[in-house]
Amino acid sequence: MPPLSKWMVRFALVYLALGFTFGALILWNKGVPLHPALWLLVPVHVEFLLVGWLVQFVFGVAFWILPRLSPGPKYGRAALAWLAFGLLNAGAMAAALARLPGAPPALGLAGRLAEAASALLFAAYAWPRIRGVMKPAAKLS
Amino acid sequence: MPLITRVYIKASLLYLVAALLAGILLAGSAAWGFPAWVGGLGPVYFHLFLVGWVTQLIFGVALWMFPKYSREKPRGSERAGWAIFALLNTGLLLRAVSEPAAGFRPGSGWGWALAVSAMLQWAAGMLFVLNTWGRVKER
Repeated sequence: MPPLSKWMVRFALVYLALGFTFGALILWNKGVPLHPALWLLVPVHVEFLLVGWLVQFVFGVAFWILPRLSPGPKYGRAALAWLAFGLLNAGAMAAALARLPGAPPALGLAGRLAEAASALLFAAYAWPRIRGVMKPAAKLS
Repeated sequence: MPLITRVYIKASLLYLVAALLAGILLAGSAAWGFPAWVGGLGPVYFHLFLVGWVTQLIFGVALWMFPKYSREKPRGSERAGWAIFALLNTGLLLRAVSEPAAGFRPGSGWGWALAVSAMLQWAAGMLFVLNTWGRVKER
């Protein structure tokens, strides 16, 4: 597993742990009320699990298992994928925090813009790796 | 493909079908006014889909394809893998039953069933993270 995949999957696992913890608190509170403020965690729970866990896990595994490039760097333009990783996490965190009371309205927009930019960059990065098996170049005599 | 992965994937496929059936009930409820408990299936539909299908499929495939934990224990703790399966599915099925029931009869024991289902699913998630962490490595 290449370093970027390792970091993406580890971050995804952290989001999974946080998202499941918030989800458990919300569900418990629905059955046996603990505190009304726990309902505020619903959008954070959704953001962490859909973007932080699922999208990030898929990006991380795709970076690892998509067909490698040859000739040239086998993972292609990895800088684009690293940038997508940074933007995805900044975006997920901003979009989640923006749903809490008192957050500046621009934070939510910034979060969504970062997430969309991350998706665009990752798509641009992955595009050349989505292909059939390349035959080795014929030897020139 | 190891047995544990086959079990996870087959269970996830059953949840996909169950989620889509719940979606049919919800759509039918809006159109034809099914019993009140059907209207409470919204969160169950989402969680059958995203936990039962998507997350469980990922858990099963990760157990199979991630780098080996060690030569002796390639998938980490095999017992943990089975415990995660049992906790996740018991919790999710308990939720699928108790959430509409708790909505239909507030203040009944179904609320506690919902709390227990929350703990079971949470334990499954934490155990998966702990059991998988050591396999997320470069070699």
